[in-house]
Amino acid sequence: MCGWSVRLPGMGDKPARTRVVLGEVAARRATADPAHADLAEQTPVGEALVKGLVRAQLALAIRLSLVVVTGLGALPLLFAVAPRVGHVTVVGINLPWLLLGVLSFPFLVGVGWAYVHWAERNEQDFTAVIRRPDR
Amino acid sequence: MNPYVVPSLVVVVLVTVGIGAYGLRFARTTSDFLVASRSVSPSWNAAAISGEYLSAASFLGIAGLVLRYGVDVLWYPVGFAAGYLALLLFVAAPLRRSGAFTLPDFCEVRLRSPVLRRIATVFVVFIGCLYLVPQLQGAGLTFTTVTGGSYWWGALLVGLVVTTNVALGGMRAITFVQAFQYWLKLTALAVPVIFLVLQWQSDGRPAVTPQAGTTFAVTTTVTIQQNATINFDGQETAVRAGDELTFPAGAPVPRVSTVGAHFGADWLLPGSDKSLFATYSLILATFLGTMGLPHVLVRFYTNPDGASARRTTLVVLALVGCFYLLPTLYGVLGRIYTPQLLMTGRTDAVVLLLPEAALGGGELGRVLGALVTAGALAAFLSTSSGLLTSVAGVVFTDVLHADRGGSVRDFRLATALAAIVPMALSLYVSDMDVSRVVGLAFAVAASSFCPLLVLGIWWRGLTDVGAAAGVLAGGGAAMAAVLVTVLGPPLTGWPAQLIGQPAAWTVPLAFAVMVIGSLLTSRRIPREVGATMLRLHAPESLRL
Repeated sequence: MCGWSVRLPGMGDKPARTRVVLGEVAARRATADPAHADLAEQTPVGEALVKGLVRAQLALAIRLSLVVVTGLGALPLLFAVAPRVGHVTVVGINLPWLLLGVLSFPFLVGVGWAYVHWAERNEQDFTAVIRRPDR
Repeated sequence: MNPYVVPSLVVVVLVTVGIGAYGLRFARTTSDFLVASRSVSPSWNAAAISGEYLSAASFLGIAGLVLRYGVDVLWYPVGFAAGYLALLLFVAAPLRRSGAFTLPDFCEVRLRSPVLRRIATVFVVFIGCLYLVPQLQGAGLTFTTVTGGSYWWGALLVGLVVTTNVALGGMRAITFVQAFQYWLKLTALAVPVIFLVLQWQSDGRPAVTPQAGTTFAVTTTVTIQQNATINFDGQETAVRAGDELTFPAGAPVPRVSTVGAHFGADWLLPGSDKSLFATYSLILATFLGTMGLPHVLVRFYTNPDGASARRTTLVVLALVGCFYLLPTLYGVLGRIYTPQLLMTGRTDAVVLLLPEAALGGGELGRVLGALVTAGALAAFLSTSSGLLTSVAGVVFTDVLHADRGGSVRDFRLATALAAIVPMALSLYVSDMDVSRVVGLAFAVAASSFCPLLVLGIWWRGLTDVGAAAGVLAGGGAAMAAVLVTVLGPPLTGWPAQLIGQPAAWTVPLAFAVMVIGSLLTSRRIPREVGATMLRLHAPESLRL
């Protein structure tokens, strides 16, 4: 067992208390990763890391909301510009009823699922940068 | 009267109070009351959020609107569901990580402004009341429709059950109650619809929009509600309130001048009389309004961390989407089996009346009729419980100033205070238009809290002055539009569209004022904005 002791300053020749720490713990503490400290202490590096994460998450959210805007938001315009779309029937149901009443819900859930997947990946990437062995 | 209705209503109330009392055994501290000690699992929480969200407007209103107006109003359920996608994309995880409990708390965390906090409090209470009054009214109207009892008793009964439950159990109990009520509501629509579709098949699949126009399926006696003129084969005939008209099976349904409804191609095809402006305004209000509803937001604080808040929202989106497949079917089948509602104008009752109308007066029809009535009661109970909890939470922390060391007794007092005003209003203002007010609540939320949350979470440059100006301009304009719509004279033409569906101009207004105001006062950007952003967006696993 390799331990080490510290002599606190100003204690003279009488080392009243000795602090003993296990080697592994001490080693871990010695290489406390700098990115983590950058974050906690709000250095410019930490600031840039957080900005990068925020930008990635926002870009993802905006991209997926554009998918919804083009997928669903364009429908009223489509129905107004091309009224014939309303007359098309699929299995006896007019297309607008099918699109709005049934298919829009799985579409929304699909977009949501994709967002959760990618947002978690962004966070894992961020965590990996912070936690990477920086030696 | 249907003999199964009263027992089923009693069962719903007893189970609600029972689960509330069961939850009470676990609610010991103020934290339990307010946020269920942040220990609710995502699946429970998602069912609870969905149960809380599916109000009278969803359970009864959508089917009624579809029966009346057809394909154009399908944007309501789509928007009500899509609101959760917007919430998921822009708000869910960072909001949970902010660690705040109410919207005013968020203002404090992000912008450190007591003035903005006070403004947010006013809007939470306004939106809460705006949403609570129609719930209680809907309860009263359902009570009248189903039991023939008085409107007052229905509103009072639901109001008292909800107040007692929230005051005794708080959020912890409400979580279990809400989760139960989601599944009850889904069952109450899903089981009868199976029998209704089978009945429609065995009737030889009658057309929903027959060539000759909508007809009565069976001999029907209709009681006219208001003095009006009726169009019989192109001839206008005057009728008076209380007149009883009997139509044989197969007779065409005449148009009544006082009831706005669509027939034939207008009903079947999109874009009949609504302008594109109104449609897009509705889409904007519902897509962006959900994230600003206080009773929805309050529940996100019960998730343990940001990632689980995200997953909870996704489950909610799926649960809510699943539910919204059903009301459309009721509206469509109502076209065949309950066309008399198109003459009386009480289309909101279609869900309640359809099982007995389609399946005949036999046991099956009655049991299913009682089931949908129980579901409707669950809808009123759960949404008003959630609203009351959130409004009471805000009153508790911001009006009674009990945020530090507040006792459970203070929370109960806050609940009573928050319940009195909407209950009194619902008893005295009984002729307010229910479904329109719910849509307007979305518009106010979309033009006040949506820009505040989205810009607050994603833009470092937001300042307290800019935020307050944006909320006051956008939310204030929407609030004014609501008051004019509800209290003012009927409008026509463009003003009617701008005031009746304000979101298309109030939401961009709020965003624009907030951004410009913040840019002009950029000196006031909070110094610790970097730390706040880190807290909102960094995963908890880093334990910073």
